[in-house]
Amino acid sequence: MTRSRSATLFALALLLPATIYILVIVAYPLVDTFSLSFTDASLRKTVNWVGWANYQKIFGGDFGTIIVRTFVWTFFSVSIKMIIGTCGAVLLNALVPGRALFRMLTLPPWIIPMAIGIFMWGWMYNGQFGMISGVLQNIGVLDRPLAWLAYGNTAFAATVLTDVWIGVPLVTLYLLAAIQSIPKDLYEAAWTDGAERFYRFRRITLPLIVPALLTMSMISLISTFNSFDIIWILTQGGPNGQTTTMIIDTYRTAIGSYKYGEGAARAVMICIFVSIFCFFYFRVVNKLSAGEAK
Amino acid sequence: MSSGRPMIDRYRWYEYAVIYAGMFLFLAFVLSPFVEGFLVSLKPLTHLFSSPYRFWPDDGSFDAYFTIWEHVPLLGRYIFNSLLISTVATVVVLILVVPAAYAFARFEFPGRGPLLGAFLGVNMFAGAVLLIPLYRLMRSMGLLNTYFAMIVPGVAFLIPTAIWLLRTYLLRIPRELEEAAWVDGAGRLYILRRIVLPIAAPGILVVALATFIGAYAQQFIFALTFNSKSELMPLAVGLFAFFGKERVVWNELMAASFVGIAPVMIGFIFLQRYLVAGLTAGAVKQ
Repeated sequence: MTRSRSATLFALALLLPATIYILVIVAYPLVDTFSLSFTDASLRKTVNWVGWANYQKIFGGDFGTIIVRTFVWTFFSVSIKMIIGTCGAVLLNALVPGRALFRMLTLPPWIIPMAIGIFMWGWMYNGQFGMISGVLQNIGVLDRPLAWLAYGNTAFAATVLTDVWIGVPLVTLYLLAAIQSIPKDLYEAAWTDGAERFYRFRRITLPLIVPALLTMSMISLISTFNSFDIIWILTQGGPNGQTTTMIIDTYRTAIGSYKYGEGAARAVMICIFVSIFCFFYFRVVNKLSAGEAK
Repeated sequence: MSSGRPMIDRYRWYEYAVIYAGMFLFLAFVLSPFVEGFLVSLKPLTHLFSSPYRFWPDDGSFDAYFTIWEHVPLLGRYIFNSLLISTVATVVVLILVVPAAYAFARFEFPGRGPLLGAFLGVNMFAGAVLLIPLYRLMRSMGLLNTYFAMIVPGVAFLIPTAIWLLRTYLLRIPRELEEAAWVDGAGRLYILRRIVLPIAAPGILVVALATFIGAYAQQFIFALTFNSKSELMPLAVGLFAFFGKERVVWNELMAASFVGIAPVMIGFIFLQRYLVAGLTAGAVKQ
């Protein structure tokens, strides 16, 4: 009895530093965000309780458009990441000469500072002299230069593409690991029965990496929903606010205009959406594992 | 390939063609910004801004790599700051995470599941969402415009993944040695220090690498918001000032970027084996 109690105490002692750290740097600010969202906090010294006024103000504006835009942005980015990541993982899993080198070459976007990669894309999107516009003109798709970041729709697509580029290495690596953990004898049995390679992919690989795909989609969904650097560096939410997602909107309100209270209310909305995602994710995961148990 | 290879792994010629073509497209997407960025760094600025677009520089030179040291006087400092911030963050994360992951992997105690869930839940909230209270917190602690303002918040968001990776690793290590030492009368702290740490060293190395990369790759928003001293800026924020200018000196920006990431790229070439193997092993088993 004393032994297990001392074990518990020891375990809690080991956990204490990390727990305190998270409480101070994450939990406290989270609570603070909620309480700030009901105040008119700004650069002024006085802070007044304003009730729901910030929320009423937000929803009186164009917040609905921003929410929809954030969802569309996230949806495109995550699904393209998953598709490219799955293709990449399957290719990297193929037992061909050069495989180790290919795997290594997949990682650079992930290990460099995100902002540096975004600078490079900033040049790629340059209208007069950038690579994308230039190559598309050379092969005849465009008949004149196109400044990708100058128009709403192309700027939107450009920020999605850059987010995909930054996310793809980790998604690919993770899905590759999922594919490698599939027992080999499944493939051998199917092969003995004469199943073609594509059939084996569709009936063995794909169903068995669904849990990994779901997990990765979820991780990717949260980080994309909260993605700040890409849009801030490339467009700062422009042109005309057409790449302004919820996080950019929050940053601009709080840090750009010093409206801490209103910014906090916008941040709370982000937290609510992210919590809803997580809720549904855990329901799906529970359902899946319940299905496996049967 | 070798004759010992099982039939199932043999490809027909068109399958090779499809695989290599797909691989080429995939890597072209991943690497094109690097290739283009590097070629840009070789082109003189006047030739850079000339139509029609040419992929290959006819008159390439490494001039930009010499002029940047004059035009970006703090470049060396930025590189150093980036590495310093990531290194300190990694050390702090390890100090916090090694005991925590060990507790989660080896001890039964009430509330273990929910507590682990709470740690992982931190991943839900990006630093950007909590920026306002974090800013106030940093200000009240007097940390604004210091290295700590960029290290302290970053560490918190690196903890969850590090705990998860290391816990997964520890769960796969057999516990017989620890139990034998316990029977022999060794103390718990002694077991952790003298038995678990040495055995888990490869796992800790992988977690350290992954944490370092996380700290290195994502240092932007805190550094942008909590620090305004040029001499403390990490690479990304230091160069952002040049990116934001009316007329961006692209060849020098790219040259400075490549010089800036060179130390980490070189380190990556040596360590990538551990990284790829470690992450793919630890990532999936849940």
